Amino acid sequence: MNILRLFYFAGIFFYLYLPISVLVVNAFNLNKYGMKWGGFTFKWFTAMLGNHSLMEAARHSVVIAVCAASLATMIGALAAIGLNRYRFFGRKVIQGTSMTLMMAPDIILAIAFLVLFVTLGIGLGFWSLLFSHITFCLPFAIMTITGRLQDFDPNILDAARDLGASEKNILARVILPMMRPALISSWLLAFTLSLDDVIISSFVTGPSYDVLPLKIFSMVKVGVKPEVNALAALLVLLSLALVIVSQLMLKEKKNHENTI
Amino acid sequence: MESVLSIGGLGKSFSGQQILQDFDLEVKASEFITLLGPSGCGKTTLLRIIAGFEKPDTGTILLDGKNLLSLPAEKRKLNTVFQSYALFPHLTVFNNVAFGLKIKKINGRELETRVNQALEQVKMNDFSARYPHQLSGGQQQRVAMARAIVNRPRILLLDEPLSALDARLRREMQLELKKLQRELGISFIFVTHDQEEALSMSDRILVMQEGRIAQLGTPRQVYEEPENLYVARFIGDINFFPGKISTVSDSGQVEVTIFGRQITAHTQRQFQPDDKVVLLLRPEDLRLYEHPPKEIKTFAGSIVERSYRGSTLDTLVRLDDGPLLTACEFFDEDDPDFDYSVGERVYVSWVKGWEVVLPDEN
Repeated sequence: MNILRLFYFAGIFFYLYLPISVLVVNAFNLNKYGMKWGGFTFKWFTAMLGNHSLMEAARHSVVIAVCAASLATMIGALAAIGLNRYRFFGRKVIQGTSMTLMMAPDIILAIAFLVLFVTLGIGLGFWSLLFSHITFCLPFAIMTITGRLQDFDPNILDAARDLGASEKNILARVILPMMRPALISSWLLAFTLSLDDVIISSFVTGPSYDVLPLKIFSMVKVGVKPEVNALAALLVLLSLALVIVSQLMLKEKKNHENTI
Repeated sequence: MESVLSIGGLGKSFSGQQILQDFDLEVKASEFITLLGPSGCGKTTLLRIIAGFEKPDTGTILLDGKNLLSLPAEKRKLNTVFQSYALFPHLTVFNNVAFGLKIKKINGRELETRVNQALEQVKMNDFSARYPHQLSGGQQQRVAMARAIVNRPRILLLDEPLSALDARLRREMQLELKKLQRELGISFIFVTHDQEEALSMSDRILVMQEGRIAQLGTPRQVYEEPENLYVARFIGDINFFPGKISTVSDSGQVEVTIFGRQITAHTQRQFQPDDKVVLLLRPEDLRLYEHPPKEIKTFAGSIVERSYRGSTLDTLVRLDDGPLLTACEFFDEDDPDFDYSVGERVYVSWVKGWEVVLPDEN
């Protein structure tokens, strides 16, 4: 029975991680075509670092992802607080449309953005990319943070008022600190969404501002280059780190929830 | 005694439903007053209006003679202890208690002294570095108390603070709360639906019925002299004897016909002959006899159920005339074998003068 279970788990992990492990192994494979093992090397990592256009695309991607994640989280936090705490005309409409945006296929959004930017005469590059990334990250940010706010005991805010706190004080001393885990998860979510977006980015950026997924996409059209493997191995490491961080955050969130 | 809080003509309705109606109340200095009633009677709404979380439709509230309703909740010199405790999960016990003082820009030595003093009053000073999720329900309750009293409110508002605790802990907290109130010397307005809690802790009880005052009085008055059937039913167990007034005399005595028997009852109320009335008797006021005594009028019945309660013996008696009565008798030292068997014939009477006569509202 135990052996059966072991095989089962091994099978799942094999199925899930075989493609990635092939990629990671090839990042260290001296054989250029990766069909068979040619010996261990760091050569491709050096080649990757030497590939200026690839490095530049990576830098662009990180800049866009950091900016988009930070702005989307900030706007999302204010939106979530507003939607949760106040009752105003159009509240339900905003909630509904942000969900629609999340469900809309990327290709539709991509075309919509393109049309918008062209109509407004905004050049395709950094700003068009940043605006569109903030937009498609925003619903996820609102959803993550709203979920957290809804878990709060509404009496906590009454208690803060009862103890003399003004609206400003309540925001700074109660709502924001209690939202912290949600802000971090929202930021991480937006960061990853932005970093690996291909479809929307391919429509709204121009040749002046290449980002990583697009660069990789164009590089592999003529066969997988080994330095792409090296880059991918690094990205796997980065994702792993992000997953661990977000899991730790989630654990903290659970602890807080026990008190409510 | 001077009154701290005066409520006059308060009214409040939610979506067409009247929650409070023309409500008046004077809360005296350092008194423990309990708002008692079933859920939905408006007691929590009243507390939330006093705290400032809800606005009344009509009426006035004065705190120390000054208009309270013009102040927002954060400016009122009142503090609330919430049913769910509502502690800040991201702050330690110390910082939870310090919250109100920090808002008032009290820092340094004074902050520390006052927080520690408040924590001492609720016996929680060993826990000041803990977070709320590391505390039990009873401990969280104490922290919530400390967080409120550290601000030295004129009145402390308590919204069913003990209802989430188990019975034994609740009993313990009742005594401590009462002691704390005496030490602090401030008025407590305590909301509960638990009549035993209300009886044991309060200086005065306000029994609420659908947004109005059903009765306001000391626990003794409310228990022994209920002013209407609602209060009589809500507080403690009670037995009803339906009857009709036959003659009225001036000396506070009436003759009542109950199941064809003439009974003399004492009352301060005014009745007319032929008024339909109810005689109310607490289980402990009933007397059961195995043989009908000659000198008193009794109602015959049989034992339906008996239950041993340690210090008392509780019995259910079905009268031959119909009603089911609850009786509660203390054990007699002279009669160690005192007991009944189910089906046994008994004759029911009561201690003369302990009956309450109320008009029959049905």
